[in-house]
Amino acid sequence: MSGKTQSGLIKSSIGKKVFMGLTGLFLCLFLAGHLAGNLQLLLPAELARDQFNAYAKFMTTNPAVKVLSYLTYFSILFHAVDGLYLAWQNKKARPQAYYKKDDAANAGWASRNMAILGTLLLVFIVIHMKSFWYEMHFGSVPMYASVEHGELKDLYTLTVSAFTQWWYVLIYVVSMAVVGFHLWHGFGSGFQSLGLNHPSYTPILNGFGKGFAVVVSVLFAILPIYIYLTSLN
Amino acid sequence: MRLNLKIWRQKSANANGKMVDYTLNEVNPEMSFLEMMDVLNQQLVERGDEPVAFDHDCREGICGMCSMFINGRAHGPMTGTTTCQLHMRHFKDGDTIVIEPWRAAAFPVIKDLMVDRSAFDRIIQAGGYVSVNTGSAPDANALPIPKENADMAFDAATCIGCGACVATCKNASAMLFVGAKISQLSLLPQGQPEREERAIRMVEQMDKEGFGNCTNTGACEVECPKGISIENIARMNREYLKAKIAQK
Repeated sequence: MSGKTQSGLIKSSIGKKVFMGLTGLFLCLFLAGHLAGNLQLLLPAELARDQFNAYAKFMTTNPAVKVLSYLTYFSILFHAVDGLYLAWQNKKARPQAYYKKDDAANAGWASRNMAILGTLLLVFIVIHMKSFWYEMHFGSVPMYASVEHGELKDLYTLTVSAFTQWWYVLIYVVSMAVVGFHLWHGFGSGFQSLGLNHPSYTPILNGFGKGFAVVVSVLFAILPIYIYLTSLN
Repeated sequence: MRLNLKIWRQKSANANGKMVDYTLNEVNPEMSFLEMMDVLNQQLVERGDEPVAFDHDCREGICGMCSMFINGRAHGPMTGTTTCQLHMRHFKDGDTIVIEPWRAAAFPVIKDLMVDRSAFDRIIQAGGYVSVNTGSAPDANALPIPKENADMAFDAATCIGCGACVATCKNASAMLFVGAKISQLSLLPQGQPEREERAIRMVEQMDKEGFGNCTNTGACEVECPKGISIENIARMNREYLKAKIAQK
């Protein structure tokens, strides 16, 4: 074999999948961190308010967190654009559909619907970031004097009041189910795309990924429900 | 047994096709699926109709010629089976069976149930071979190969290139086929000199042919008549990534 065949990794089918895997697995780490932070909302109200708001200040001002947050924005955008492009290519690869195709016979539901699940997540992320991220960074979140941490933006009260609306809670709970299904397949799939498949480790990783999907989505979903139920009293 | 068949009929590559209904009486449950198709064609010929065109060759499950998407699945409802090795005893009297060609942009229909799978040949031509100098055969024992590698290479080499992986994949991706072919050669010493360039060239040709991307659904390994594992896709990803990074 002679002659050079040089073209960028990103142009190839495998390259695109490698980047899907890398950004996706990074976003799994982000989700774990995001969840840990949010669980502070379950603390008793007064304590939660101060602690959560101090945490929000740290997350929006610490330079190391800034680096991570830019990496997260990039990963979300790249994962979405790359994923939609792959889905478009995949659609093109079968212009004529089967008269009858038994999809459930050989592949799981989540794995067959990653693009739809991902698109729903993108819509959710836009709504979610408008409600909290945008308000925190560019909106006018009222300040208040906390007991231990001085003047703080009261993101806690903004969050808690947002989830007193039942339809808003519903959007979040449904979206967390979508996250769960996306991770159910995505976690293990990321490793496969990176070429990491091993007869003994892969079943463990896939099992862990499914556990991760359930735990992350359920814990995230508990928060709006908890806040809603608390607000009823 | 009596069967209702819904078969894709298409006169030529450029013609529009449609599903056509046929009824077959007295199908012997011991017949293979292709023998059932032979019986149908015999009746069509006797009636003066055009027989249904379909691919077949060895009828022993090893050549990879037969295809057919049967009741929504590549090579029919059984696993580890080619269409020629599928028997009518797996169907019931009165069943309706839907028979379609493989559907993929890279596998255009030639006629009825026949598709053009030469995209696979072009992928092999791009790198699925080893270059050796001719001469007398080398001593088989002069080249030690670990048993495990020999087994993995053999498992990958059982691919018959039928295209069931492409047909069943929701993305019409050829990654199981290409993964098997790249694996088979990368695991053996004879494949080493061209190892990196092979991975790059075969993947590039695969992309050029218009196959889809892999979503890791695993449908291909379920439908593969030879039970080839998607471990081979991961190996291909590794091989390609390593080759691409090392490429000057």
